[in-house]
Amino acid sequence: MTEFFQSLGMNYEWAWFVATIAGILLIALPLMLAVAMIIYVDRKVWAAINLRRGPNVVGPFGLLQSFADGLKVFLQETIIPSAANKGIFILAPIVTFTVALMAWAVIPFDAGVVLADINVGLLYIFAISSLSVYGIIMAGWASNSKYPFFSAMRASAQMISYEVSIGFIMVGVILYAGSFNLTDIVMAQKGHGLGIVNGYVFNILLFPIFVMFFISALAETQRVPFDLTEAESELVAGYQTEYSSMSFALFWLGEYANILLMCALMTILFFGGWLPPLDIDLIPWFDIPGVIWFFGKMFMFFFMFSWVMATVPRYRYDQLMRLGWKVFLPLSLFFVVLISGWLMATGHYGAAA
Amino acid sequence: MSVAHYIKSFTLWEFVKAHALTLKYFFKPKVTINYPFEKNPLSPRFRGEHALRRYPNGEERCIACKLCEAVCPAQAITIESEPREDGSRRTTRYDIDMTKCIYCGFCQEACPVDAVVEGPNFEYATETREELLYDKAKLLANGDKWERAIAANLEADAPYR
Repeated sequence: MTEFFQSLGMNYEWAWFVATIAGILLIALPLMLAVAMIIYVDRKVWAAINLRRGPNVVGPFGLLQSFADGLKVFLQETIIPSAANKGIFILAPIVTFTVALMAWAVIPFDAGVVLADINVGLLYIFAISSLSVYGIIMAGWASNSKYPFFSAMRASAQMISYEVSIGFIMVGVILYAGSFNLTDIVMAQKGHGLGIVNGYVFNILLFPIFVMFFISALAETQRVPFDLTEAESELVAGYQTEYSSMSFALFWLGEYANILLMCALMTILFFGGWLPPLDIDLIPWFDIPGVIWFFGKMFMFFFMFSWVMATVPRYRYDQLMRLGWKVFLPLSLFFVVLISGWLMATGHYGAAA
Repeated sequence: MSVAHYIKSFTLWEFVKAHALTLKYFFKPKVTINYPFEKNPLSPRFRGEHALRRYPNGEERCIACKLCEAVCPAQAITIESEPREDGSRRTTRYDIDMTKCIYCGFCQEACPVDAVVEGPNFEYATETREELLYDKAKLLANGDKWERAIAANLEADAPYR
């Protein structure tokens, strides 16, 4: 895009600056829209599984429900509890939301359609997703209220526990792809299964860690069955109990942006990103833009997220910790050993492979 | 733990089964009634908003016997009465506090002339509390508005009384 702005007569620095701003807006604004729509999808899926109808009044099929909710929330008063630590209290939702958006900078939506095609994209995402715990901790601490505080403690412990296994799972994928760059990881999956199937998920060594990644992603984004941080029966509404209006909406948007990010990550790491499922031109589906494949796969994963939410009950806290530390950590470590062993044995390793 | 148990837990068998079940429900028809646009059928005995009825010639039925006031377990009904010019006894005040009413239907059971009835209307939410303190004029207006439905319901329920 920089070249385009240069052709308008700007010098390189300005063209780069304008192109980057435009790129950020091109990603952030549709992302906001996607979050609004995905909340609607979420509610519709739970409703359908509960034999209910879900939102169906605002707009055609209730499509505008999220916007109506957003409008309602914006018109409300922002209440800051008198005992709260005001600065941190206001900063917390901003941090959560910003961090949730930041990770999208390295997500490749199609070949070359990426804001920052950095070499260590996966490390960057890992770092950013670790940061998102700060917003929650700040919210819980600054609220100066016991339930948000408990919730923040739970959230941080939970996210740190599951980040460990997510890290090892990513190592497995990185070993196979031989790169940290997300575009390279996607391209390495081209024709991975017998030369016809695109995606690491069809690899017998990588399928189990995909399942582990999915479950860890649920824990990382605090979705059912790991939504202990906002367990209504115990903690009122979790770390966002004291929040209202805009600040509450920012938490909400950040949470769903994180969920979408996890869906995008699963698509990139295991399902071949923007590539069609098969590497043969069965029907003319190479003509379908990669972005469509990418969003289709993300949507499929999001459906799985809501599906899980409507199906399983909540874990107990000790069960959550047991699963994280005593099942996922050893298992993911075992798979790292297994995968690296296999790659060593077959001589299929290194950046050249 | 047995081998079967290990296999079951590592293949997440219970979860797979549960998700298959919920997916089956996902495609089932919805049971929810699309409320403001669709409504459930109501029984003729449905006890909704109160109304005071009139005779076909326009004369109000209520004779101020105060049986409803006496039987009302929530003491929601207040009646005052005095003789009219023609000598017949009529109410000068007939108030029902809808915020107190428990919709037990004793008032309509007690009424000897079918004057006070609970009609089929259940959509009378108001924005203020005061609007729910019904007076005689409001109750008579309700009676005029819902007379057809109320008469039909009384007719339908008559064989069982």
